[in-house]
Amino acid sequence: MAILLIAEHNNQSLKTETHKVVQAAADIGGDITVLVAGFNCAAAASEAAMISGVNKVLVADNAAYEHQLAENIAALVAELGKDFSHILTAATTTGKNFLPRVAALLDVAQISDVIAIESADTFVRPIYAGNAIATVQSADAIKVLTVRPAAFRAAETGNSAPVEAINTTAHDAGVSGYVSEELTKSERPELTAARVVISGGRGMQNGENFALLNGIADKLGAAIGASRAAVDAGFVPNDMQVGQTGKIVAPELYIAVGISGAIQHLAGMKDSKIIVAINKDAEAPIFQVADYGLVADLFTVLPELEQQL
Amino acid sequence: MKILVPVKRVIDYNVKVRVKADQTGVDLANVKMALNPFCEIAVEEAVRLKEAGTASEVVVVSIGTTAVQEQLRTALALGADRALHIETDLNLDSLQVAKLLAKVVADEQPGMVILGKQAIDSDNNQTGQMLAALTGMGQGTFASKVVVNDGKVQVTREIDGGLQTVELTLPAVVSTDLRLNEPRYASLPNIMKAKKKPLDVKAADSYGVSLESKVTLLKVAAPVVRQGGVKVESVAELVDKLKHEAKVI
Repeated sequence: MAILLIAEHNNQSLKTETHKVVQAAADIGGDITVLVAGFNCAAAASEAAMISGVNKVLVADNAAYEHQLAENIAALVAELGKDFSHILTAATTTGKNFLPRVAALLDVAQISDVIAIESADTFVRPIYAGNAIATVQSADAIKVLTVRPAAFRAAETGNSAPVEAINTTAHDAGVSGYVSEELTKSERPELTAARVVISGGRGMQNGENFALLNGIADKLGAAIGASRAAVDAGFVPNDMQVGQTGKIVAPELYIAVGISGAIQHLAGMKDSKIIVAINKDAEAPIFQVADYGLVADLFTVLPELEQQL
Repeated sequence: MKILVPVKRVIDYNVKVRVKADQTGVDLANVKMALNPFCEIAVEEAVRLKEAGTASEVVVVSIGTTAVQEQLRTALALGADRALHIETDLNLDSLQVAKLLAKVVADEQPGMVILGKQAIDSDNNQTGQMLAALTGMGQGTFASKVVVNDGKVQVTREIDGGLQTVELTLPAVVSTDLRLNEPRYASLPNIMKAKKKPLDVKAADSYGVSLESKVTLLKVAAPVVRQGGVKVESVAELVDKLKHEAKVI
């Protein structure tokens, strides 16, 4: 088995999702080659070389790959991927964007959002928003998979795999260009990588009240999330949304504040190790999945919690 | 400019999904079916582009049994001009769907293809990207804003951590995210009018595309149900449990 794994990075550094996909690749078994495609991305490549289990790192360093445009990245991966039995990347918005394009160029299926590896050709993935779990077997010569990072632990570091530059002509499809990016600036960890997540729902009543979560998040080193109801009500921006249509998280500790627990939301956080629910409605469905439930008014509980941590 | 909008018939998003006892799939007998929510947003966006004078015609296409004509009529009632039903009894994977749609693109020569980012049954999120690959078009996935201007389209995409804007040369493929627009409700007169709009039917095997998938569904199981825990009486008790029982803080 020879596995090609496309790293997730921002040119300067590797994203932790990559370490988790390496773990999924190790579960399949075989030689693992990590491709770092970007521009001035040497730092990200040397980080990839440190992940245990990685045999080789390939670097495609070209302006055409700077913004991970799907048209260009897919052409590169499809060219390199022909010699591999598996092609893996994280099921992030970047991976979901370019990998189906790779699969189509190679004329094979893609298995999306894999949450467990049964064997080299059999994979487990959620369907119907996690309300059913499918086990599928692929007879394609090249198995193309996106891996849900939250479902795998991060591979260790401490390796020093060889790093090789790719000298093929850069792929620039010429049909797409990068215009701009607006990334939410935050000192806090990213939602999908955080050890602790605290999320607010409709019960927060407005966007200003989300400030009540700040102090607690600071003390716990937590990321702050929100339910779809809170996002749709305009309290907070969309990229804070945890749920079926937002981020899928699985932290050590998830604290749901003023969140009723719609199926939509549960799909995004039910694999958290410990779930705490704070809600004044004792009948809220969130309590059915919470390890610790506190039936109380969040506006009295939150300041108290911040103080006691 | 003509806009092609591929749509899918799926289980209604309000229906509670039940896995069949024999683990062969999800029970769809006597279950309410609907237009996939992301597809509805795609139809709405195409119709708005037509209303703004950017598009001249909106063509909807769906693949499946005769039942999908119900969803095509829904799309026509929302403002699409005509519909194409590609008939098959097979349950196709995204790659086969994309291959059929690539043939439709070759026939229809649309200026843009707008489709939902994923269907809420298979949750694949693949068809738009695969269609773009097979036709050599650029792709603007997970769109929250679409601006057409002078042979190009600027697509603002919802990405992890924020928004990204890309510019694509037309023709291009755009896949819709939830916040692109809020679809309208079809009015009764428009539902009546939709019944008279043209709906062509073509057999899937007439396109000369291999419809065989190499992926086999072995089983479908219900997810493991998480058990609820205990209720605590106070913040102090909660902090104590998290520190000493769960040991997570």
